[in-house]
Amino acid sequence: MAEEAQGKPALELVQADGADGSCVTFVLHNEDHTLGNSLRYMIMKNSEVEFCGYSITHPSESKINFRIQTRGGLPAVEPFRKGLTELVDVCQHVLSKFEAGIKEYKAQKEAEME
Amino acid sequence: MRLRREEPDCGRVTCWGRARKMAARGGVEEMRSRVILGEFGVRNVHTTDFPGNYPGYDDAWDQAKFEQNFRVDVIHMDENTLEFDMVGIDAAIANAFRRILLAEVPTIAVEKVFVYNNTSIVQDEILAHRLGLIPIRADPRLFEYKNQDDEEGTEIDTLQFQLKIKCKQNPRAAKDSSDPNELYINHKVYSKHMTWVPLGNQADLFADADLRPVHDDILIAQLRPGQEIDVLMHCVKGIGKDHAKFSPVATASYRLLPEITLLQPIEGEAAETLKKCFSPGVIEIQNIKGKKVAKVANARMDTFSREIFRHDDLKNLVRLARVRDHYIFSVESTGILPPDVLMSEAIKVLIGKCRRFLDELDSNHMD
Repeated sequence: MAEEAQGKPALELVQADGADGSCVTFVLHNEDHTLGNSLRYMIMKNSEVEFCGYSITHPSESKINFRIQTRGGLPAVEPFRKGLTELVDVCQHVLSKFEAGIKEYKAQKEAEME
Repeated sequence: MRLRREEPDCGRVTCWGRARKMAARGGVEEMRSRVILGEFGVRNVHTTDFPGNYPGYDDAWDQAKFEQNFRVDVIHMDENTLEFDMVGIDAAIANAFRRILLAEVPTIAVEKVFVYNNTSIVQDEILAHRLGLIPIRADPRLFEYKNQDDEEGTEIDTLQFQLKIKCKQNPRAAKDSSDPNELYINHKVYSKHMTWVPLGNQADLFADADLRPVHDDILIAQLRPGQEIDVLMHCVKGIGKDHAKFSPVATASYRLLPEITLLQPIEGEAAETLKKCFSPGVIEIQNIKGKKVAKVANARMDTFSREIFRHDDLKNLVRLARVRDHYIFSVESTGILPPDVLMSEAIKVLIGKCRRFLDELDSNHMD
């Protein structure tokens, strides 16, 4: 069962017939190591995931094959979604800490000027 | 943790050696948290703290634990450079930020050059290439991406600049002068000669924004009397992945925090030799009871030239390592956006990528 969105899909799922949804290969278009490696790290940190890896099929095409296999029959879309959400949370925390650090540095510089 | 002298440090550890190291105090901690620079190789390079790899450790992702350990320290910031530390994050995410800074933070640069007259010695395409590389001081967040099929630029996605300059003979030059600066007027075309031509309502919107190239003194071409350049430039928003002219950073890089451990106290002449093996300021010599003793003062400054491995008497007394989750970032902006804004934009780009796929997943499931 391969699902496709209309028009130019950014995300496709490729699944072998007869499999139960716990082993899925996602094809992410217009992505490379930037999202691939960071997402792989977040999903590997999930203890329900048995296998997670990504590969760039050909360097001339900008798409990655992202494979997730779960243990215990959990549908593979779940850790994928969870990994994306966790990555968003990490980035938001990094952003808030970074901006706080910059503000503090600027305030400190102002204090030193006076 | 001692290295046996007769065992060559080739990066591979025998079973017996590993068991000994595991049993050694902190052996596992070292494997998890340090990248060791050996004489012939680098060990413990990859991140291994995934659930199930280490018995007794719970490595599943825990946002609270991450937030507790994570911190950002800004070391130095000025107009165009930023140096800051990110501690408690993994290489995959730090590298993602670096890659986004280089290639996916959008900027504005000259894309189309309409050549009305170019009698200079610089060919049209070379001139157009040079103009494209000039950084333009315009906030890319105020513009949209241009539609591919749109020939004429609209005011929301295009910025127009004009470069119209003609070189003339200077009538007031001395008869026997040979200095081009005296003989000719306008013989050097600089980026300051580029003038902004407002489109549509841009004149009102950007009345107080100073839209011009970042630097005034970029030499574009050289002319002689009778030669002129008359071009109109359209600038659009783009990303570094498409063309390097759109990259907002001169460069963005990171390194891991170095860590130097002296396995034994080093005194006397050996201490002096040790000090010379590292960058200045890393090792300092203290005078304790009349003897010179070496101490690691500031490992952060070291550039790890590995000079220590050329001294057989010292190489086994020092452990060179890097702290795996401490990243010293250095961001150098081209001047379009300040470096702290660039870093914030890079983090937002990564959030945008994740959100895009979350939306795709949700819309797929609705069908």
